[in-house]
Amino acid sequence: MEKSLNWREFIITRAIKASGYSAVVFVLLIFFFLLREGLPALGEVDASSLLNIRWYPIEDHFGILPLITGSIIITFGAALIAVPFGIGTAVYISEIAPRWMREILKPLVELLGGLPSVVLGFLGILVLSPYLRILLDLPTGLTAFTGSLLLGGIAVPTVVSVAEDALDSVPRAYREGAWALGATKWQTIWRVTLPAAKSGVLTAVMLGVGRAIGETMTVMMVTGNAPVMATKLGSLFSPVRTMTATIAAEMGEVANGSTHYHVLFFIGMVLFLISLVVNVIASSVVFRSKKRAERILS
Amino acid sequence: MMTKFLSRNRHTVQRLGFSFITLMAVMTVLPIVGTIIYILFQGGSAISWDFITGFPHDGMRAGGILPAIIGTLYLTIGTAIFSVPLGIAAAIYLSEYAKDNQWTRLIRLAIINLAGIPSVVYGLFGLGLFVLFLKFGTSILAASLTLSIMTLPVIISTAEESLRAVPQAFRTVSISLGATRWQTIRKIVLKEALPGILTGVILGLERAAGETAPILFTGAAFFLPRLPQSPFDATMALPYHLFVISTQVPEMPIQIQYGTALVLLVFVLTMNLIATVIRSRARARRQW
Repeated sequence: MEKSLNWREFIITRAIKASGYSAVVFVLLIFFFLLREGLPALGEVDASSLLNIRWYPIEDHFGILPLITGSIIITFGAALIAVPFGIGTAVYISEIAPRWMREILKPLVELLGGLPSVVLGFLGILVLSPYLRILLDLPTGLTAFTGSLLLGGIAVPTVVSVAEDALDSVPRAYREGAWALGATKWQTIWRVTLPAAKSGVLTAVMLGVGRAIGETMTVMMVTGNAPVMATKLGSLFSPVRTMTATIAAEMGEVANGSTHYHVLFFIGMVLFLISLVVNVIASSVVFRSKKRAERILS
Repeated sequence: MMTKFLSRNRHTVQRLGFSFITLMAVMTVLPIVGTIIYILFQGGSAISWDFITGFPHDGMRAGGILPAIIGTLYLTIGTAIFSVPLGIAAAIYLSEYAKDNQWTRLIRLAIINLAGIPSVVYGLFGLGLFVLFLKFGTSILAASLTLSIMTLPVIISTAEESLRAVPQAFRTVSISLGATRWQTIRKIVLKEALPGILTGVILGLERAAGETAPILFTGAAFFLPRLPQSPFDATMALPYHLFVISTQVPEMPIQIQYGTALVLLVFVLTMNLIATVIRSRARARRQW
C-alpha cells in the first residue's frame, strides 16, 4: 500500500512537471513550424522583391510592404483610441468610481474582451461603415479608419485591465501622503498615482498595441482589403489590408508548398516575432518594476 | 499665471477632470451595452425553433443553423478535453512545485508569449503541425488542438492565481496530518481553488468558442449537408458561419445574419455569465 502510493505520487509529480513545461514546448513548436514553412520563401523570392510595394500573388508580386504599412496605420489609429480611453477608464475604475460602479464596470469591460471579433466585424460592415461613409463623405465606408475604430474597442479591455492592475498596486500610503500634503484627489492621480504606476501603464499600452496588430477577423471584414501602400495620414480614410487579413484571406486558396504558401507563412513568422518582441519587452518592464517595489519595501 | 489659476481653482479643476474621466469611462462602456442590445433586437425576430434545429438550404439563404451550433459545441468540448487537464496541471506545477529560478521564469515568459501570439498565427501553426505534418486533415481534432494551445495561457494563469490564493496554512496542516504532497494538492488545495479555476476555464473556452481565425484552415467548413460523424471530419462553426454569410454569400437575407450573430452572442454571453456567477458566489462564501 505504502509502496504503491509512493509510486503513484512519483508518476503524478513527473506528469505535472512535464505539463509545467508545455508552454515552453509549444512556443518552440510554433516557432519551428513557422520557420520550416516560412523560410523557404526567402529562397524562392529574393529579398528585394519581398520588400517591394506591390502585393499581387497571381502574377508573382510578393511585396509585403503595403501589408506592413496597412498593419501599422490601422494599429496606430487603434492606439489613438485605445490608449486614452483605456487609461481613462482604468483611472476611473481604480481611483474615482464608487464601489458599486466598479462592480458593474469591470465585468462589462471583461465582456468586451470576450465579444467574438467576427461579431464586431459584422456590425462594422452593416452599421458602422455605411454610417461613416455618409458622415465623412467617402466613396466607401470600408477603410482603415473603420478598422481602427473597431480595433480600438478590441484593444481597450487589455489596456484597462493591465493599467488598472498597475494603479491598484500603487501603495495606498502614496495617495494618503499626497492628500495629507493638501493635494486634491485629482492632483494626486496625476502627480503621484499615475507616475508611480508608469511602468505598468506602459505595459498596458504595449500589450494593447500587440493585441491590435494581431487582430484578424474584424480587420479583414471592414478595411476593404486593398493592398496599397499607406504612406500618409490620409490613407487612414482609404481601404488598406493588413498582414493578418492577408494570411486569413489567402491561405485557404493556395496550394500547399507553393511560393505563395511559403510567403504567407513568412508573414506569419514576422507577426510571431513582433508579438515576441512586444511581450518580452512588456514583461521585462513588469519584472523591473517589481524589483523596484521590492527594493522600496525592504 | 496658469498654475496660480489651477491651484486657486483646484477644486473646480478636480470637478472638471472627474467629469471628463467619467465621460470617457461611459463612452467606453456604452458601445458594449449598445452592441449587445442592438443585436438582441435585430436578431430576435429571426430566432425560431426551425432556425435553431434546422439545416441551412437554398445556398444557406434559408433554413436553420443547426450544424454551426453543433459544430461550435464540438469544438468547445474538444478544446476543453485537451486544454483543461494540461492547463490545470501546468498551473499546479507553477504554484505548488516550481522553485523561483531561471527555468520557472522561462515558463512564465513562454506563457506570456503564447497569450500574445496573433490568433491567425495559431491557425498557421495548426495547419503546419496538425493538418499537414500529423495528417489529421482539416478536422474537428486539428481545430480543437489548435484552439487548446491558444486557450492554454488563459487557463494556466487564472488557475495558478486561484491556487496561490489558497492560504499556506491549509497545506501545512494537511502535510502535518500525514498526507502526501499530492494528496494535499488534490483533496485540499484543488478543492478550495475550484471555483476560481472553473471561472478561468470557462472564460478561456469562451474565447475559443468565439474565435474564427485559428479554425479557418484547420477545421472549419463552408457548408456541410450533414453533421460531422467523427473527430476527423471538418465542421461548420458559428463564428465562421457568421463570417461566411456576412461576406461571402451574395444576397444573404439580413435576418439570418442577425439571427446567427445573436445565437453566437448568446452562446458566448451565457458562458461569461456562468463564470461571473461562479466567481461572485465563491467570493461571497469564502471564509479565509
